[in-house]
Amino acid sequence: MALLQIAEPGQSEAPHQHKLAVGIDLGTTNSLVASVKSGEAVTMPDVEGEHLLPSVVRYMPCGNFLVGREARTFAASDPDNTIISVKRLMGRGISDLKTLGDEAPYQFEANDGGMPFIKTSAGSKSPVQVSADILGALVARAEEVLGGELVGAVITVPAYFDDAQRQATKDAAKLANINVLRLLNEPTAAAVAYGLDQGKEGVVAVYDLGGGTFDISVLRLNKGVFEVLSTGGDSALGGDDFDLALAEWISKELNLTVSNNSLSRYLMEKAKAAKEALSNQSEVKIALTVADQEYSLILTKENFESLVAPLVKRTIRACRRALKDASVSAEEVSEVVMVGGSTRVPLVREQVKGFFAREPHVSIDPDRVVAIGASIQADVLAGNKPDSDMLLLDVIPLSLGLETMGGLTEKVIHRNTSIPVGRAQEFTTYQDGQTAMVIHVVQGERELVSDCRSLAKFILRGIPPMAAGAAKIRVTFQVDADGLLGVNAKELTSGVESSIQVKPSYGLDDSEIAEMLKASYLNAAEDKDARALREQQVDADRLIVSLKDALSADGKELLSADEYSVLELGIEKLVQLRNGSDLNAIEQGIAVLSKASDEYASRRMDFNIQQALQGHSVDELEENK
Amino acid sequence: MDINKNFFEFIGLPISFYIDQSELADRSLDLQKTLHPDRYAHLSEREQRLSVQYMSYLNEGVATLRSPLLRAQYLLLLQGIDTTSESSTPIDPMFLMQQMELRECLEEVPDQDDPFEALESLLAEVMSMLEALRNKFAQDYQSEAFAAATETVRKMQFLEKLVVEIERLEDKLDG
Repeated sequence: MALLQIAEPGQSEAPHQHKLAVGIDLGTTNSLVASVKSGEAVTMPDVEGEHLLPSVVRYMPCGNFLVGREARTFAASDPDNTIISVKRLMGRGISDLKTLGDEAPYQFEANDGGMPFIKTSAGSKSPVQVSADILGALVARAEEVLGGELVGAVITVPAYFDDAQRQATKDAAKLANINVLRLLNEPTAAAVAYGLDQGKEGVVAVYDLGGGTFDISVLRLNKGVFEVLSTGGDSALGGDDFDLALAEWISKELNLTVSNNSLSRYLMEKAKAAKEALSNQSEVKIALTVADQEYSLILTKENFESLVAPLVKRTIRACRRALKDASVSAEEVSEVVMVGGSTRVPLVREQVKGFFAREPHVSIDPDRVVAIGASIQADVLAGNKPDSDMLLLDVIPLSLGLETMGGLTEKVIHRNTSIPVGRAQEFTTYQDGQTAMVIHVVQGERELVSDCRSLAKFILRGIPPMAAGAAKIRVTFQVDADGLLGVNAKELTSGVESSIQVKPSYGLDDSEIAEMLKASYLNAAEDKDARALREQQVDADRLIVSLKDALSADGKELLSADEYSVLELGIEKLVQLRNGSDLNAIEQGIAVLSKASDEYASRRMDFNIQQALQGHSVDELEENK
Repeated sequence: MDINKNFFEFIGLPISFYIDQSELADRSLDLQKTLHPDRYAHLSEREQRLSVQYMSYLNEGVATLRSPLLRAQYLLLLQGIDTTSESSTPIDPMFLMQQMELRECLEEVPDQDDPFEALESLLAEVMSMLEALRNKFAQDYQSEAFAAATETVRKMQFLEKLVVEIERLEDKLDG
């Protein structure tokens, strides 16, 4: 569904006016929103001047909810209704969550698709809904500060996120009514924030140790183009684990029995505070009150470091693997960027510096650096910088494949392949007379399907009965620039076809999203028809503006006089329709003009390619033979 | 539409096994800058779709031309020879014997005194065999000896698989 992009019907948007776009870092522990204002990328504070929004939502029996610091104050006293670290639950199934144990201390129930819902006193909430509520708070803040409606947002995700997790993030944005310009990998955003895309060439390693995830990404910079060479990390390792290790140490030292959620949250808070204090002092006194009894103990820096050293070592091992995947050595890395609050821990800085043998970048606040980078890209994608040379190329983080006989995985697209990408592979039937085939799409590196993540299942029916092995089924995978997958299966002799836009097994289906959106409209008391009309008008405007721009750029060169005037007339007609109020007529008008301009769009694309290849003469080609 | 051009023409390189990798990187960069969906994020849906289609084709092309094996297979495909499907081309028995020996060698690596050293020398041996096959393919292809070229590609496939297995073992030994 297209989202609202202009404020008032009847006002066609001027082609080159500055559009409001933001970058959002939707973090495990904290979230931020940033925007480019007067040429400078800045994170935006709330009314009290705080930039970080704790990623915490508290649901209340009346149906209202709180987001942020206020919600966080209830984390210990009302843990069942106060949702923290929801990012860890995104795109996960109920069966995955059981393995998370203490880290996700909520009451869960599953829907039909195995998606977990968190039971709260305001009803069951999906992780997607909770994330949408956080996003909503950030967008409200941004619109308040910027004084207008946003055209869209770039939302960052860990490079490690699989398809289900990315899709869940996009669903959350949809639910919060945000037009997603692009999902961007967090480490790439960080490198952009440091301006490493400007001029320099070389290999950049981004070490991102956040609250809940660890990512290492190896990027290559070449002529203003950012290419992700490899990504690695651990989607369940972060500063929270430092706190957990420390909390366990505290309870062991004091002989406490941790029997309830409130106490475990309390210990985690104490641990976190102690950890932060040790960033600039050599020991800290921890004082706590449990069951009306007071305790205190001393934690030295050495002691703390020995507790977390195994965790830090795990990150360094992942760095080594990522370098290997990228086929570069540690010496070839020319820049190291530090991201995430946990990189303030001195031991982490030392180890990273030691491994790469160079001083890492730490000058931008490691909590804000991702949002800042995302906002820079949002500014470009919104069309505010038509001359920008910036281009971020991405890879898929985990291989995509299909289940074959015996529960084995056949990889169709290997990990670290540049996206967008499409790839087809042929399969055949196993039994004589087989007329249907289950297409089971999985993601992961392991050979057994049971060890990979199940993304989707669908059935291709109507295969003509043939001997086993005679039918030819071509399965095509298409991954877009956000890393989201579509799969199509076709039987080649009969032409029978079936396809699916992969919705994660643990996500929301479209009807669920539609239902939730409908509910939110009712709350807003907005007329549905008026909204639908405005959406069509926005779509029409988008087509009109982009076609007008195109015609004035190269229409005279690429079109005959007849073709040109047909399109000009088409635009005029659509403008008339768009200013009216007939919803169906506008929709049809868009379809007609889109179709009429199809051929022109293809010609432009080909023309662009020729332009891109110009300057390479035929002689030069011959020389290279 | 340009998408009907083969990868060499699309990227603007001569059809040959010899590819200047830096030239390939330069040209693909130029094309990526033009075609990437980010360039069309604020434009119409139709243009966004087209750009995804073109970029996919470009990425596929670059991946194919970058890898010697994929490039060799693709060159034969342009001659109407599909080397990726099951084939009945007989393979030189001597070569197969050699393959079995190499595989045995790989299986014994974990028991060696210095498995990393053993793995490295095995990899070096396989790589030099691959290099020789690549040169042979280039000659076969240039002189249009497509049957010989096809057999060479099949041999390359064996060795490339072995390289993957060597790397897998290396990961395992790394822990």
